[in-house]
Amino acid sequence: MDAKADVPMLAFDNAARVYGKGDKAVRALGPVTLEVMPGELVAIMGPSGSGKSTLLSLAGALDVPTEGRVCIHGKDLSQQSMAELAELRRRVIGFVFQDLNLLPGLTAIENVALPLELDGMKLSRARAAAAEALNGVKLSSMADRFPDDLSGGEQQRVAIARAHVGPRQLMLADEPTGALDSVTGELVMRLLRQQCDRGRTVVLVTHDAAHAAWADRVLYLRDGLLVAPVEAALPSSLAETAGRA
Amino acid sequence: MSVRNSLLAILASDPAHGYGLKSSFEESTAGAWPLNVGQVYTTLGRLERDGLVQAEPSEEEGPRQTWRITDLGREVLEEWYASPVTSDPPARDELTLKVLLAAAGDDVDVSAIIHKERTATMERLQQLTRHKQKADPDKELPWLLLLDALILKASAEINWLDLCEERLEHRAQSKDGGADGR
Ligand SMILES: Nc1ncnc2c1ncn2[C@@H]1O[C@H](COP(=O)(O)OP(=O)(O)O)[C@@H](O)[C@H]1O
Ligand SMILES: [Mg+2]
Repeated sequence: MDAKADVPMLAFDNAARVYGKGDKAVRALGPVTLEVMPGELVAIMGPSGSGKSTLLSLAGALDVPTEGRVCIHGKDLSQQSMAELAELRRRVIGFVFQDLNLLPGLTAIENVALPLELDGMKLSRARAAAAEALNGVKLSSMADRFPDDLSGGEQQRVAIARAHVGPRQLMLADEPTGALDSVTGELVMRLLRQQCDRGRTVVLVTHDAAHAAWADRVLYLRDGLLVAPVEAALPSSLAETAGRA
Repeated sequence: MSVRNSLLAILASDPAHGYGLKSSFEESTAGAWPLNVGQVYTTLGRLERDGLVQAEPSEEEGPRQTWRITDLGREVLEEWYASPVTSDPPARDELTLKVLLAAAGDDVDVSAIIHKERTATMERLQQLTRHKQKADPDKELPWLLLLDALILKASAEINWLDLCEERLEHRAQSKDGGADGR
């Protein structure tokens, strides 16, 4: 799908998710209003239980809001048929989770090609697209290895390749660097940043401020609500500190 | 920052004259701590008095004079490298001070202060990260190492602010409940 630059890739309009009813109701998220434009990298931070994963599930059409609307590229998810939602999840949205969900019986390239094959793409074309995606995360040489024979960082890169293989434009990542050492974590952040600089859109949940800082925007969730941004006009202090223009 | 040890560290690789020392130092430290030449000459004078450096013989006096490290100088430098940097008592930085005082105050909205500081630190962190994204790891290693240090310090600051916020919330809740009788 071609992402029109002026339509938000992802929009929350007073969207909320409440579990249970009456006295026992738990408001996991919202109401949240939020727009993420094509090519943006947005990081979500917040204490545990603040609703970060809930937000990603709504964004990825894995869950539906109990109030308000969630739109992907202008389409209200509540107005889509089951078939259309399934197609969105296959063709538009890619997920990267902390536990990677790579299938142990498939090689790296087979894991990456799988979503395309499930989508009905011819095997040879799916393999070619998967090879390209693996090349994008600098893993071409390990295409035929099984997940168990890859390091944690390499597995995470396979998961990223799988999340953006084919035409998909929106990547949702829940703590993708959570289990990685700092060097590998940074490599994963560089890859996500690269994806955005090439026009893809990424929403990233992380508790690591240094990783969140790769984002264009950093949002804080607290008790299910976005903390209002404050103006913090800064002089470009680094240039001064470090004596650089 | 120890100018003495810094000059010894530079001279340990190669003899240099005063201005050369200044530029080698700044290049190795990505320009983060500008030195003035006057400071370099004063320090060289003290290092010479203590026998840690000596002027090369047969050279002219003045700014063109070349300096080399002595064996004693190398010993002092090795000792510096070998002893871990301690920063006890904690540096009295303004952020820590501000948050501690705000938390102790009566009518202060600490949470608003924390949020504002965190936003400012995050912006600084984003700026640093953009520099890091552009830095060439082969040609700009000192710059990259400096950025890593600044980035990790800023992110520790954010972790600390988060922790403060959590603890203060705990305190607010136990006050509201009044259950702990304090
Ligand atoms: N299936 C569920 N039933 C009831 N409450 C839930 C359910 N899933 C999540 N929650 C609650 O919603 C809140 C937000 O959860 P979550 O989005 O997982 O937070 P985070 O990812 O920020 O840790 C938490 O208080 C959690 O207990
Ligand atoms: Mg979560």
